[in-house]
Amino acid sequence: MNISNEEYGEIAKRVSPPSAMTKTIPMAFLIGGGICVLGEALLNMYAALGFSQDNSAALTSMTLIFLSALFTGLKLYDRIAQHAGAGTLVPITGFANSVVSPALDFKTEGFVLGLGAKMFTIAGPVLVYGISASIIYGIIYYIVKLF
Amino acid sequence: MAIREGKTFRYSNASIMSYASVVGKTESEGPYGDEFDEVIEDNKGGAETFEQAEGLFQQKALQRAMDKTALTADKMDLIFAGDLLNQCTGSSYGLKDFYIPFLGIFGACSTFAQGLLLAGAMVNAGYVDNAAAVTSSHFSSAERQFRFPLNYGGVRTPTAQWTATAAGAAIVAATQKPPFIRAATVGKIEDMGISDLNNMGAAMAGAAYDTILRHFRHMGTGVDSYDLIITGDLGQVGSDMLYELFKRDGIDIEKRHKDCGLLLYDREKQDVHAGGSGCGCSAAMMCGHFLKHVENGDLKRILYAATGALMSPTMVQQGGNIPGISHAVEICYK
Repeated sequence: MNISNEEYGEIAKRVSPPSAMTKTIPMAFLIGGGICVLGEALLNMYAALGFSQDNSAALTSMTLIFLSALFTGLKLYDRIAQHAGAGTLVPITGFANSVVSPALDFKTEGFVLGLGAKMFTIAGPVLVYGISASIIYGIIYYIVKLF
Repeated sequence: MAIREGKTFRYSNASIMSYASVVGKTESEGPYGDEFDEVIEDNKGGAETFEQAEGLFQQKALQRAMDKTALTADKMDLIFAGDLLNQCTGSSYGLKDFYIPFLGIFGACSTFAQGLLLAGAMVNAGYVDNAAAVTSSHFSSAERQFRFPLNYGGVRTPTAQWTATAAGAAIVAATQKPPFIRAATVGKIEDMGISDLNNMGAAMAGAAYDTILRHFRHMGTGVDSYDLIITGDLGQVGSDMLYELFKRDGIDIEKRHKDCGLLLYDREKQDVHAGGSGCGCSAAMMCGHFLKHVENGDLKRILYAATGALMSPTMVQQGGNIPGISHAVEICYK
C-alpha cells in the first residue's frame, strides 16, 4: 500500500462522524433524570406507606430492578436505551439490564453453561472491581481511624 | 483454460447459471425489499435458535437457486460456503442435509466474492460441472458472538454497522449465458492500524482500494471501464475513505461506485448507523439485484469487490488491529 498507517488513520478520523452530542446528552439527561424522578417518587410512596427509611430505599431499588428486568424481557429496555444512552446505563436499572439480557440470550445453551455461566459477562467486571474497591476503601478507612 | 495474469485470474468458461437470495424482515423493509426471492419474517424462521435460523437462511437460498435450474442436490458437484460464526456454523449445519461435497471458507464479509472466485475457478478449470457459492449472516447470531446480548441497552456509535440477516447463493457452471465471471483478483490482508470494533468500514477501505487498483492494473482497465464498481459493506465511513484514497491518485471512483452496505437499508428510516454489513449483505444485494441486471444486459460489466474485516475479538482485546481483505470478481454480460 502506498499510504502509511498514520496517514490512513488521519483520513479515518476525518470521515468518521462523531456522536451527535447536542442531541444525545440532553436525551440522556431527560430519560436518566426521569428514572431518578421515578425512584424518588417510589421512595416517597414507600415512606408514606409507613416503611422505615432503610426499608423504603431497599424497596425502591427492588422495584426499579424489577421494572428494568421486566422491560428487558419485553424487549423495550434496549429500545429506550437507543435514545437514552448513558441515561439508562448509569442508574441501577442499567445494571439489572446487563444481567437479565445475557441470561435471556444464553438460555439456548442451557441453564448451567448458558444462562448460569454467561449471566455476569457484562456485570461481572463491575462486581469484581466494585467489591475490590470497597474492600480497599474499608482497609484505608480502618487504618485512618487508628490515628 | 484460465490464463494467470499477474495476480488476476481470467476466466473463459464460467457463468452464474442461477442465484437466489433470502432476507429477514428488516432487510425486506429496505429499498430493495421486493427484489429478494424469499423473506423470512420471523427472526428465527421457526427454528429454535438464531444459529439454527442462520443455517436455515443458507439452506433456503441454495434450494431456491437450485429450483431455478434442473439441478438437484445429487447433481451438484461442489459448494463453497461460509459465514461469520465460529466454525462456519451457519454453513456447515445449514447445508449438511444436501449432502453435497463441501468446502467451508472464511473471508469475513468478503466471503461471497471468495466463493464466486473459487467456484468460477473450479468450473473454469474443468474439475467440476457446477459449483455453488453460498454465504449468510444473521444479525442476532452475530451480535451474540461479537458484541452484546440482544436486549442489552448499549448504544452503537455513528460509525458502527448493522449485520444483515440475509443469505445468498449462486451456482456457477459452464453455461454460455450471462452473467459471466470474466476475471478475479484475490485480496491481500491489509492491516491499516484500525482497532475500533465500531468502525469496520475504516478497517476495510484500504483493502478494497488495493484490490480494485491491482485489478485495474492487471486488466488494463480503469473506473470508466465498468458500469458499476460494487463494494461489499464499507458503509458510509468506508465508502468515504475509499473515495479519499482514490482521490490521492487523481481517480474519481465515486461516480461509478455503489456499496451494498449503503443500499440494503434505508438509513434515514432504519436505525443502522453507517450501513449494513455481514456476509449476507453483499450476497443478498448481488443475488437479489445486481446479477439480474447483468443477466438482462442493463449492466454490461461490473466489478464486485466484497470487503471483509478479519476481526478476532480475542486479538482486539489483546491490543491487536483489525486487518481487512477484499476480493474482486469481474462479472460481465458478454
